[in-house]
Amino acid sequence: MRGGDRRRSALPHIAAIDEKRVGAAEAMSSAISSEDSIEVPARPRRWHILVFLLPAVIVYSAVMILPLIETLRLSLFNTVDGQSTFVGLSNFQVLFGDERWAADFWRALKNNFIFFAIHMLVQNPLGIALAAMLSIPKLRLATFYRTAIFMPTILSFVIVGFIWKLILSPIWGITPFFMDLVGLKSLFGPWLGKPGSALITVSLISVWQNVGIPMMLIYAALLNIPDEVIEAAECDGITGWSQFWKIKLPLVLPAIGMVSILTFVGNFNAFDLIYTVQGALAGPDGATDILGTLLYRTFFGFQLQLGDRSMGATIATVMFLIILAGVSLYLFGIQRRVRRYQF
Amino acid sequence: MSKARISPLRSGFVHLALAGYTVVALFPVVLTIMNSLKDKNAIFRTPLALPTAETFSLIGYTTVLKQGDFISYFQNSLIVTVVSIFFALLFGAMAAFALSEYRFRGNTLMGLYLAIGIMIPIRLGTVAILQGMVAAGLVNTLTALILVYTAQGLPLAIFILSEFMRTVSDDLKNAGRIDGLSEYAIFFRLVLPLVRPAMATVAVFTMIPIWNDLWFPLILAPGEATKTVTLGSQVFIGQFVTNWNAVLAALSLAIFPVLILYVIFSRQLIRGITAGAVK
Repeated sequence: MRGGDRRRSALPHIAAIDEKRVGAAEAMSSAISSEDSIEVPARPRRWHILVFLLPAVIVYSAVMILPLIETLRLSLFNTVDGQSTFVGLSNFQVLFGDERWAADFWRALKNNFIFFAIHMLVQNPLGIALAAMLSIPKLRLATFYRTAIFMPTILSFVIVGFIWKLILSPIWGITPFFMDLVGLKSLFGPWLGKPGSALITVSLISVWQNVGIPMMLIYAALLNIPDEVIEAAECDGITGWSQFWKIKLPLVLPAIGMVSILTFVGNFNAFDLIYTVQGALAGPDGATDILGTLLYRTFFGFQLQLGDRSMGATIATVMFLIILAGVSLYLFGIQRRVRRYQF
Repeated sequence: MSKARISPLRSGFVHLALAGYTVVALFPVVLTIMNSLKDKNAIFRTPLALPTAETFSLIGYTTVLKQGDFISYFQNSLIVTVVSIFFALLFGAMAAFALSEYRFRGNTLMGLYLAIGIMIPIRLGTVAILQGMVAAGLVNTLTALILVYTAQGLPLAIFILSEFMRTVSDDLKNAGRIDGLSEYAIFFRLVLPLVRPAMATVAVFTMIPIWNDLWFPLILAPGEATKTVTLGSQVFIGQFVTNWNAVLAALSLAIFPVLILYVIFSRQLIRGITAGAVK
């Protein structure tokens, strides 16, 4: 994003012009006096910059950043004798160790990692495979496939959740019918209702919905590979599978990295699909409970459970730290090390 | 340009795989819409058949329109989405212009500050957002949702638009300055029209998560008067679980507008995601 700045500051006096880029006339005058820029008279305050920035900064800070900070702060407070008191890290101690909270929390965290793992193992390879097929040159109907496969991504979780609930429902019998066609009817079960399979089923529904995103991003990266590179590979006799593994895949690694971090952030604040399919209690028996649903129940309350602001803030803080850790790992660990090729 | 040709067998497999997944992607939606137009017996007896003259029935839709207040849900969703996009685009474009056009102290820092929201989801601040909205008396108003969604849309809008604004020619802007245009006029009359395609892309990107969001309507505006379509259909279907006609009709009603918009804007959307790569 800031690439331009670096380029400019490499040439000190162009940077000086840039520094003064207010009006064309002024830029010119500062170009003349760029050697001794100290003598340039103080410019009038450029109020318009403030005017341009202010609305965005105010809304963004007031509705997003300040509440985020306030939430982090609240996680260090709790109500003692009806008064909000600073309690240090004891909310976290309760969340990680107290018997009323710890079991739920660790289960939600574990489920969330499974949820993420299924996305990484199924959604992203599937997305790469679809993208690789779509990017075959002169493939007929490619636009149609692309549009159709991306379609579920724009539907809301509510629609997706209910549709799949109906399709998987033993009452309607759509799924048993299809499994019968391939002779696997005996394997059918009420997958969403069984604690052993519910989480995997919900994850796969989410994969079905979101596979369009990795597909599109990797498809774009594949199309950006210059023809010369592919032609050179073909001259060396590298085609088909080995071309994909040796030439294309290494070139789209940055896109795969980006898809992974988007998946990570999306999964660790997921809520809607599980709420729609399994309710706020994330049944059966909490088998599909992830951090998002736990946060909702904790701070907003559900049925007999009263909302608890401090513990809600504590869970939100844990989610924040997990996402921050993931994003930092990506930005400083992976993104810098992945080799990029400039064409 | 010639390419090593793919054997017909290979391309046959590719088509088979892609067509197969296309069916997987479309089937659930088609199934829902198809069955929403049938009577109850047909839904269960022949779920995979198209509605025929005998099985055709709109009973589900009449139930939905009678029982649920879908028109007002649509209205709410529309107001929230359109107004949020408008402000996110306007404020976002203004900030993007300031960041990309002027060098000032703290420019980079400001850019980074505004980019935090691309990666950190606004949901994590919900506890304090709710508290703030309660304090401001905005709970159960569309204003609360509009504020949240505007803030949510801003980071990405600023990021994408400032990339585009960097490509607007400096000569053009400087010519405007020499002709005595104010900085505001340069922004509104020269730059904004030039980045219109980028604005459309950002609008489509911002629209989908806002229209589909369940979390904030559920927490900030669950009242009957302020329900959005997403929340409205969620609640409605939850109450009518056993009335399959109504459930399927409600789902179809929620799908239609999105589907129509998608058919119209899919090129724009896909081009936006792939940013110029699609030839």
